[in-house]
Amino acid sequence: MIPSIPQSRLLTTAYKAYVTLFFLFLALPLIVVAAFAFNDSQFPSLPWEGFTWSWFFGSERPMIGVFHERSILRAVGTSVFVAFCVSALSMVVGLTNAFLFNRYKFRGQSLLYVFMLLPLVIPGIVLGISILVATSRVANGLWDGFQWDVEALRPGLWLVILGQFSFITTIATLVIGARLQKFDRTLEEAALNLGAGHLTAIRTVTLPYLAPAMIGAFVVAFLMSFENFNTTLMLVGSDAPLTIAMFDRLKEGSTPLLNAVSLLLMLGSSLLALLMIAFQRKG
Amino acid sequence: MQQEAKLGLILLLTPLLLWLSLLIVIPHIDLLLVSLRERIGVGQYQISFANYLTFFTEPLYVVTFVRTAVMSIVATVLTLLIGFPVAYYIAKMAKGRTQSALFLLCLVPFWVSELVRTFGWMILLRETGIISNLLQHVGLAQGPVEMLYNDAAIMVGLVYTSMLFMVVPLVTTLESLPDEVVEAGYDLGGNGLSVLREIIVPHAMPGIVSGSIVVFMLCLGNYLTPTMLGGKESLWFTELIYSQFIVRFNWELGAAFGFLLLILSSVIVWAMLRLTGQSLEKTMG
Repeated sequence: MIPSIPQSRLLTTAYKAYVTLFFLFLALPLIVVAAFAFNDSQFPSLPWEGFTWSWFFGSERPMIGVFHERSILRAVGTSVFVAFCVSALSMVVGLTNAFLFNRYKFRGQSLLYVFMLLPLVIPGIVLGISILVATSRVANGLWDGFQWDVEALRPGLWLVILGQFSFITTIATLVIGARLQKFDRTLEEAALNLGAGHLTAIRTVTLPYLAPAMIGAFVVAFLMSFENFNTTLMLVGSDAPLTIAMFDRLKEGSTPLLNAVSLLLMLGSSLLALLMIAFQRKG
Repeated sequence: MQQEAKLGLILLLTPLLLWLSLLIVIPHIDLLLVSLRERIGVGQYQISFANYLTFFTEPLYVVTFVRTAVMSIVATVLTLLIGFPVAYYIAKMAKGRTQSALFLLCLVPFWVSELVRTFGWMILLRETGIISNLLQHVGLAQGPVEMLYNDAAIMVGLVYTSMLFMVVPLVTTLESLPDEVVEAGYDLGGNGLSVLREIIVPHAMPGIVSGSIVVFMLCLGNYLTPTMLGGKESLWFTELIYSQFIVRFNWELGAAFGFLLLILSSVIVWAMLRLTGQSLEKTMG
């Protein structure tokens, strides 16, 4: 059915009710998580004991708020560091990949393109264990052969960064490639005609055109890295990123502290998303 | 000029090849090799299929494997059935501002970590949770009702987490369907059902396939939702991989499990592409 085809009133109402219910279903868990961040109780569940800010700003037991909980703050720092490295790396490699597939024709290109897409269809946990197995083989080999202990190849932040980078790069390539596809090559040729060298033309014409997609890729990569769980779980060492730290706490039993962290996460990521949308409107 | 182009090609190929070989291809070969070896003494290994044999002879492993596959397929179908009408509404019924607002609303849960979403469902479904309290309040239940820790809870969690990845490709393909084509279907004597079957669904096929592939992959590889929402009996295959790798430190068996999961997902994705005549480049790229 489409609006221009008349339909019975009942059917249209039922359809609208269904869509409304659907959005309620989408919103419900998020609303609940947010609401219980303000419950003055040890547990994120009913009954409602009254409104409090303690789970954000509280500094005394048993209600230590987010901003006074060191382990959570450290985990946030770790996550930001990892996400920053992953986004920067995957944005750069995504950019070179996009140019490679857009500007060059070579033998085996389509096969390589399929390979480039593969990380999307490999389960995250398998990516994690395969990188774990490979790096520890190299690390063991270096130890046996040369007595070198390479800390970076043992489970820890560097492996988490590599693991997340391995599949987020595909996303970055697709995002940047989509915009490069729409680029009007004659603009670059005009720059060349006006006396610019190849690199200058790309730097002054093509890259500014790609900027919104590059920032988009960066933000998407940042968010994906920040909330990645499966790959990280297999590669994490002693200092856990936020999702892993929260998971460990959740297993022990939840307090509204986790609701408060979740609410801040929601606010943070929606702010990022809004910024990105605003930026892309302009671009 | 020729030389410059060649240099550029090499410079651009290097990061791609480094990335794919060091982080994707070689690790998976390593994983395969580890899964094919058997420990016969301290630091001594031999090539054998023992790990795969262990998998096939231990009913718990096989049952978990099959259960994970079947539940992922069910979750994918449910997500498609629930999401399709909504995607159609957003693409064809809603106009202008409402349309983009609804579309954005669909994206919101994606911006929030999966952990938070799962946590939300725990608060809703648990014994002391919102729904249990609501049921008691209305009088539908006498005592607290536990709705967490069973397969239905896992299903709710999986469908919820995957919904976005179904709705977005569906909306994109449905938007490209011109209204006139649907009108023509009605003019030619079709009714709602036959128009849906003959025009709308075939047109939306690329979206259905890519949505289903992504959702299926996400369900199969999910660890968080089954662990948090499922009970003791509802084991997920990824939990087996995790326990072999991290808890028992039996990498050989864990690697075999990982490879089986990879094979399962590749076979189903390939079959889905084959059945619908799509290709990976078209649906993903």
